[in-house]
Amino acid sequence: MEEKIMNQWMKELGPNSDVVVSSRVRLARNFNDLSFTHHASDEELKQVTIKAKELLRENNEFQLELIGIDELSEFERKMLVEKHLISPEQTQVNKYKSVALSQDETVSLMINEEDHLRLQMILPGLQIEKAWGLADQLDDYIEDKIDVAFAEGYGYLTACPTNVGTGLRVSVMVHLPALSMINRVEKLMSAISQLGLAVRGLYGEGTDTVGNLYQISNQVTLGHSEEEIIENLLEVTQQIIEQEKNARELLLQEQEVSVKNKVYRAHGILTHAYSISIEEAMELISNVRLGIDLGIIEGIEPIILNQLMVMIRPATLQLTKGEKLSIEEREIYRAELIKELLN
Amino acid sequence: MLCQECQEKEASVHVTKIINNQKQELYFCKECAQATGELNFGSDFSFNNLLTGLLNSKPHSHHQINLSSKQLKCKNCNLSYQEFSHNGRLGCSQCYEYFGDKIDKILRRIHSSSHHTGKIPKRIGENVRIKRKIKNLREEMKQVVAKEEFEKAAVLRDEIKDLEENLDNRG
Repeated sequence: MEEKIMNQWMKELGPNSDVVVSSRVRLARNFNDLSFTHHASDEELKQVTIKAKELLRENNEFQLELIGIDELSEFERKMLVEKHLISPEQTQVNKYKSVALSQDETVSLMINEEDHLRLQMILPGLQIEKAWGLADQLDDYIEDKIDVAFAEGYGYLTACPTNVGTGLRVSVMVHLPALSMINRVEKLMSAISQLGLAVRGLYGEGTDTVGNLYQISNQVTLGHSEEEIIENLLEVTQQIIEQEKNARELLLQEQEVSVKNKVYRAHGILTHAYSISIEEAMELISNVRLGIDLGIIEGIEPIILNQLMVMIRPATLQLTKGEKLSIEEREIYRAELIKELLN
Repeated sequence: MLCQECQEKEASVHVTKIINNQKQELYFCKECAQATGELNFGSDFSFNNLLTGLLNSKPHSHHQINLSSKQLKCKNCNLSYQEFSHNGRLGCSQCYEYFGDKIDKILRRIHSSSHHTGKIPKRIGENVRIKRKIKNLREEMKQVVAKEEFEKAAVLRDEIKDLEENLDNRG
């Protein structure tokens, strides 16, 4: 069961994984001759589905498997959101909405989301360029087979004018426990937003920042080439990594006792609690992860923390258990699961 | 610090409001922040609302009452500009043409640009690729002419001519 839940970024660590959890690239594409999803007739939505099916039948390179959103249970749909494989918008049950996933869940292709096609690559650690390379390759295949909505001046045309041009959204999920301990995150974030980048919580716009995890992505999609957009995010991310690492060293030098105390207490609670909320668990997981990265705690694989981040979320938790749980039951089972994985 | 609304719980939401240059600092607990309607970040300050606000913004000059924008419609999918400015989503790829100047303005506000310089689809984008190359060569030609390097300019001119013929032949 647990094996089935894991995807690639939960199974292996990538480059710079002590700060960067994952890198993601998303492309928005539409069929030229069909209305955008929200304005399309049922017949047009059906056309999108049929064309997407044809596309996938011929493409064996990425071996994508098509799943209708209406074939999934509520928990299964929500788990895909918790794993960042589909957007919350894509969970609305509609017989024309579907998602195609690669075996290791690195590639996902949402069909009839806000745009007809939303293609996504997600890789562990800092691998934006590699993710873009893969997305570009699949995109080339797609536009060889279908007439995509593209205009000379505006580039790729999308339902929302905020995605027009490249249709590209690149993002990194970063873990910044030390910077947040020394209250530097807010400052950093306001600097970032001046560079055409946006900072969000773990699950996109309007979601809380939990467990010191932040998503940083490009805001502008038009007027810069894909390479420029990626370069900009990459450079900023590298600076964030450096700052976080400096902050960690500084903490160890100046506040060794208090950091160690925080890490060991976090580990203590996680390995002994009978019941635990998601917010508390995320906070403590963050502290333990910091402890591992600083060499304070040994014997725990850092990847376990990546796994826990998804496994303790409500839908994935209940799917793992195989039954619907009340909030209280969830908190008990969450504590059990964490203990099992950490011991 | 305690929540200034209920005076019971620890304040976890900090709001800085600036209205007419008057700065106001507010501290609420999570519950009170949600209860006071104007602090509903989930909906009121969502990106979509900011965007549609942008789309609805009236021209500053009162003399320019834009009557046409209400009647403006995409002839391909029938979406009216009014519907677009209400929900921030276009109806089809041709809306971009029918709403021309307005879209241009919006894109420049969002992206500070209204011209794509990135990837061009291989199959359907061949003409676009040639046009972009011609544009770049013309720029280059201007520069060499300015430097009075006329031999180089002549080479570029011929290259541009070839490309233009190629474009004409493709139709």
